[in-house]
Amino acid sequence: MASSFSRILSSKRTIGVLTFVGSSVTAGLLLHREHVSAGNPVRRSYPASAEYPDLRQHNNCMATHLTPAIYAKLCDKATPNGYTLDLAIQTGVDNPGHPFIKTVGMVAGDEESYEVFADLLDPVIKERHNGYNPSTMKHPTDLDASKIHSGNFDSRYVLSSRVRTGRSIRGLSLPPACTRAERREVERVVVDALAGLKDDLDGKYYSLTQMTDKEQQQLIDDHFLFDKPVSPLLTCAGMARDWPDARGIWHNNEKTFLVWVNEEDHTRVISMEKGGNMKRVFERFCKGLKEVERLIQERGWEFMWNEKLGYILTCPSNLGTGLRAGVHVKLPLLSKDPRLVKILENLRLQKRGTGGVDTAAVGGVFDISNLDRLGLSEVQLVQTVVDGVNYLIECEKRLEKGQDIKVPPPPLKQFK
Amino acid sequence: MGGETLLGTIGIFVSTPDSNSPQIRQQGSAMPFGNTHNKAKMNYDSDQEYPDLSKHNNHMAKILTPAMYERLRSKETPSGFTLDDIIQTGIDNPGHPFIMTVGCVAGDEETYEVFKELLDPVIEDRHGGYKPSDKHKTDIDPANLKGGDDLDPDYVLSSRVRTGRSVRGFCLPPHCSRGERRAVEKLSIEALASLTGDLNGKYYALKNMTDAEQQQLIDDHFLFDKPVSPLLLASGMGRDWPDARGIWHNDNKTFLVWVNEEDHLRVISMQKGGNMKEVFNRFCTGLTKIETLFKERNHAFMWNEHLGYVLTCPSNLGTGLRAGVHVKLPNMSKNAKFEDVLKKLRLQKRGTGGVDTAAVGGVFDISNADRLGFSEVELVQMVVDGVKLLVDMEKKLEKGQSIDDIMPAQK
Repeated sequence: MASSFSRILSSKRTIGVLTFVGSSVTAGLLLHREHVSAGNPVRRSYPASAEYPDLRQHNNCMATHLTPAIYAKLCDKATPNGYTLDLAIQTGVDNPGHPFIKTVGMVAGDEESYEVFADLLDPVIKERHNGYNPSTMKHPTDLDASKIHSGNFDSRYVLSSRVRTGRSIRGLSLPPACTRAERREVERVVVDALAGLKDDLDGKYYSLTQMTDKEQQQLIDDHFLFDKPVSPLLTCAGMARDWPDARGIWHNNEKTFLVWVNEEDHTRVISMEKGGNMKRVFERFCKGLKEVERLIQERGWEFMWNEKLGYILTCPSNLGTGLRAGVHVKLPLLSKDPRLVKILENLRLQKRGTGGVDTAAVGGVFDISNLDRLGLSEVQLVQTVVDGVNYLIECEKRLEKGQDIKVPPPPLKQFK
Repeated sequence: MGGETLLGTIGIFVSTPDSNSPQIRQQGSAMPFGNTHNKAKMNYDSDQEYPDLSKHNNHMAKILTPAMYERLRSKETPSGFTLDDIIQTGIDNPGHPFIMTVGCVAGDEETYEVFKELLDPVIEDRHGGYKPSDKHKTDIDPANLKGGDDLDPDYVLSSRVRTGRSVRGFCLPPHCSRGERRAVEKLSIEALASLTGDLNGKYYALKNMTDAEQQQLIDDHFLFDKPVSPLLLASGMGRDWPDARGIWHNDNKTFLVWVNEEDHLRVISMQKGGNMKEVFNRFCTGLTKIETLFKERNHAFMWNEHLGYVLTCPSNLGTGLRAGVHVKLPNMSKNAKFEDVLKKLRLQKRGTGGVDTAAVGGVFDISNADRLGFSEVELVQMVVDGVKLLVDMEKKLEKGQSIDDIMPAQK
């Protein structure tokens, strides 16, 4: 018997060897159904080079930085909860590129992912965040809205203003990896805290599994309802599992402060209103966030945060502030000007269609928001948007009068 | 199974210390997809983890009680496939308009053993009362098929037989790593390259094919694309697409093998017209040759005497066989008795796009409803006899005649 085994093994060396630990190996194991042993978990395994993904058609940050050497170093590691490199990069393997933006191509399954897979995540973060180096730099947090100036836009141009961020509950896995119980725990903790909000923040939670048709229609009309993600960037990362279990929407009675529970992050916090009063939107945003933080801390919880990466979220692109402050603004003349791209770039702004990421602009109305998330504080980023949008409106007004516009100078290079 | 190695019989082997062998992922190393951290989950009570199946209508949801969930949730197969991995697709897809879906998948051969408390009742429900103690008959001797060469080609547009095969020792598509999937592809390419005569053919890797090759395969209706059905995607079968996926077909374009789509191998014999006998002949010959070629390379197909051929979806156990025709039944399909006739004949209808589609222009895909508990020959016989009857009924209805006198008995 031993000789036939070793003959078999030697012929299998090129394609991988399956190992089985345990004493219950008998002939006909699978013909005697009652005899299969669960044993110690083992897995047919291959060298890292045989597992390394084919990234030749790919153009995302993960593909740029995941060398075979880094893959080999990290592929057998796991976070304490069992999240692995293959899980983190699956979305980037399955989605080679995106027509409008260079995607990140990987996610975190928990807070520890950013540590365990730092050899890959640090260069990805550096590329995505304009040179920010997590191993040497510190991220500033500043939620003092009183510092914003000139934050009330001309409402002939700015149709609406919005600030969003995300927050993760420390100790619970993130949406790509969380179990159903963890996800339900996130819901419980957050909903409990939100129930403590008062006055202009007094509101109500609508669970996706339990909302009535009427409530659903109202939320759709208000443009509040989020649906099961269809973007393969998200579904390939496993974020849509068990939908719609433990997902929901909370909003205040005035419909200006909104919290999404268990969509792409544990929570997405949104302050918004029609018109151009970005300062007021940001004031409410900061007040609401601080209140929610206080309420969860009272109950023994806290947000994921550290001084290198700021607030920890699922997608590395949302680290730091996780903040996207933006407006829907009418720029029909400027939208046709070939210099728009450069202007936006120098203002550190990004344009999207009014359906959000993955959509195109309609009727000259753009969603304009900050490009950066990490290495600059909330106040700095909102001021950047305020200054930038004011500049864009000026350009539009000049074009209306037949005057010429200038491309603003690029900002000083942020991180070195 | 003369000539089969000990390896092939037991499917798992013992290693001796070998400095050239690849590293071994020990306990604590997680699986490539889905709920990897089974141990962490045990920190929560079972009822905290139990899925909400209140809106669900699939086989898994009907059978998985909270008590069963509690008993099974701490288990895993030797390769690390867990209960939550099995059922994820059933949780994410509550129901289907046309068919009662299974709602669970296997990640490896051992899944059917370790989780038999769930899968045996699912199998019993899905396969017409097939009991855990039942034995399945395999018969791929085409000489045993009676008739089948004379289905009316004015009605029967095409005939097709497909099945799947899994290569023992490798994890299945929901669970396999890239390395495993590539190894399955490599083995398949080697084996298929040895086919000769009218089975001489060529392999087209999905990621390497030229635009011209791709267009040809589309025109031939051979090309499979990344699954879009959420039933498949939610189980993890679409990962790393199109890595290690491909299509092999013979030069005559009548015998086709899909590599690493929903199963390791899908084997298809097809041609225009109604000569199901010829299709089945080729099917059996080709399949037998392929099995021999794999065995020569020390790989058996996953098979046991209770479940027959083991495939990813419990619905495909046994024969994994779907023998079907595209047949014009515009009158019959509008007849009130259509469903009942199909049921009695143990046949199933689909649209001509396959499962998940609706019929177009009165042309239906009619195939056997069963997979397990009947042999391949028996199932193809049912299709041959049943389609013959359906065409007779269609002809009668065309002439305004009644079909009551030729209604079949329940098979």
